[in-house]
Amino acid sequence: MLKFTEEHEWLQIDGDIATVGITTHAAEQLGDLVFVELPEVGGTHAKGGDAATVESVKAASDVFCPLDGEIVEINEAIVTDPSLVNSDPQGAGWFFKLKLANRSDADALLDEAAYKELVG
Amino acid sequence: MDETSELKKTPLHTLHLSLGARMVPFAGYDMPVQYPAGVLKEHLHTRSQAGLFDVSHMGQIVLRARSGDNADAARALETLVPVDVLGLGEGRQRYALFTNDRGGILDDLMIANRGDHFYIVVNAACKDADFAHMQAAIGDRCEIKMHDDRALVALQGPRAEAVLGEFWSDVTEMRFMDVRACDLHDADCIVSRSGYTGEDGFEISIPADQAHIVCSRLLDHPDVMPIGLGARDSLRLEAGLCLYGNEIDAQTTPVEAALEWAIQKVRRKGGERAGGFPGADVILGQLENGATRRRVGLRPEGRAPVRGGVVLSTDPAGENAVGTVTSGGFGPSVEGPVAMGYVTTDQAVIGTQLHADVRGKALPVTIAPLPFVKSTVKR
Repeated sequence: MLKFTEEHEWLQIDGDIATVGITTHAAEQLGDLVFVELPEVGGTHAKGGDAATVESVKAASDVFCPLDGEIVEINEAIVTDPSLVNSDPQGAGWFFKLKLANRSDADALLDEAAYKELVG
Repeated sequence: MDETSELKKTPLHTLHLSLGARMVPFAGYDMPVQYPAGVLKEHLHTRSQAGLFDVSHMGQIVLRARSGDNADAARALETLVPVDVLGLGEGRQRYALFTNDRGGILDDLMIANRGDHFYIVVNAACKDADFAHMQAAIGDRCEIKMHDDRALVALQGPRAEAVLGEFWSDVTEMRFMDVRACDLHDADCIVSRSGYTGEDGFEISIPADQAHIVCSRLLDHPDVMPIGLGARDSLRLEAGLCLYGNEIDAQTTPVEAALEWAIQKVRRKGGERAGGFPGADVILGQLENGATRRRVGLRPEGRAPVRGGVVLSTDPAGENAVGTVTSGGFGPSVEGPVAMGYVTTDQAVIGTQLHADVRGKALPVTIAPLPFVKSTVKR
């Protein structure tokens, strides 16, 4: 199940695990990324809290945790090579895997059609 | 009415749109921050080939002595800048600073001796204030005209000479800070060998109505790529060059800003034309005795950029603050974060390690020599 947030994150939900990244639209808007800071595995985050930080050549932006949950895996590849987020934001450029506190919370997120409408 | 409709446009605005630029408001103008290639590629292309920048938002001012003697215009300018203008030869350009009574910097600028007049380029955000300042101070002696009828572009990078040489062969004879009139594609241009990237290159003033065709021709060259304000900033930061509003402002003196080199001997204590500019007592005093803070280069450890506004301390806890970052980001050619900032003079020693407070974490930062990249200008 693919879901989106209004903060331009995508979630690929498989059971109670959501793989989270930023959308192609977000990656285009940010421009070339030069730095990614990911959360620690094992940490619990509340929906809307800061989970990661990305920096483009010009500016820093926060990536918010899309739902309540625990970080179970992070993508070290984007820390080593932040350009992966620009080249494949909704694939190899994923950020972290989140074990959802409540699977049903995901129902309230946007589906692909609704997200596409949001970004025009 | 939306916000962007109130923004001014440069003569190259339609060219930027046709090139797919992302436009942002900057100093009252709708300017390209980047083109589809993106900031990183634009930056690296400028260092390896040639980049074309639209800097038409900057102020181009022509100053003529009412007496008809250009030396009178030089003398008038010397009452506003701590720089040797009278000694600037015809066809030569020099970096200068408008100072205030407290020794602070009102703007930084370029002054070129064009024989029968001086041609001055000032920052976009300051140009109206600069014009009023000059008019009030030396308008009785000089006729001062702002040239909104001209575009200004910069062609920068190791291929700039070869590219411009294809239009105008004399360019190889110019050295750094030379200024010449020239004909580019039948346009009456003023070319200086200078720039804001640390690379060899040229700044070209073009009549507004011919700017589009001249730039299209330059961009047709396979070595030339259009470059936006994003890469302009990362290039100047790696080159260790000041940005007005970041490194220098009305509260910063030239000595604090490590710009002593811009003040020639003849304007210093004991010089033939010592002082005689606003804030001379403060600035000349600091030249002899030093200032309490100084602009330095900063190399953060790791990959995280340290941005302007970040506080620098001698201890990781951030209790003993000794400075502030004024500009910082990622240097694509350095392949790491670079920054500039002010620290207390006792800390302003190459190799000193400080701590930057970035999002609550203390990042180690080392004071480093400027520029971060080797300048390739043709002196």
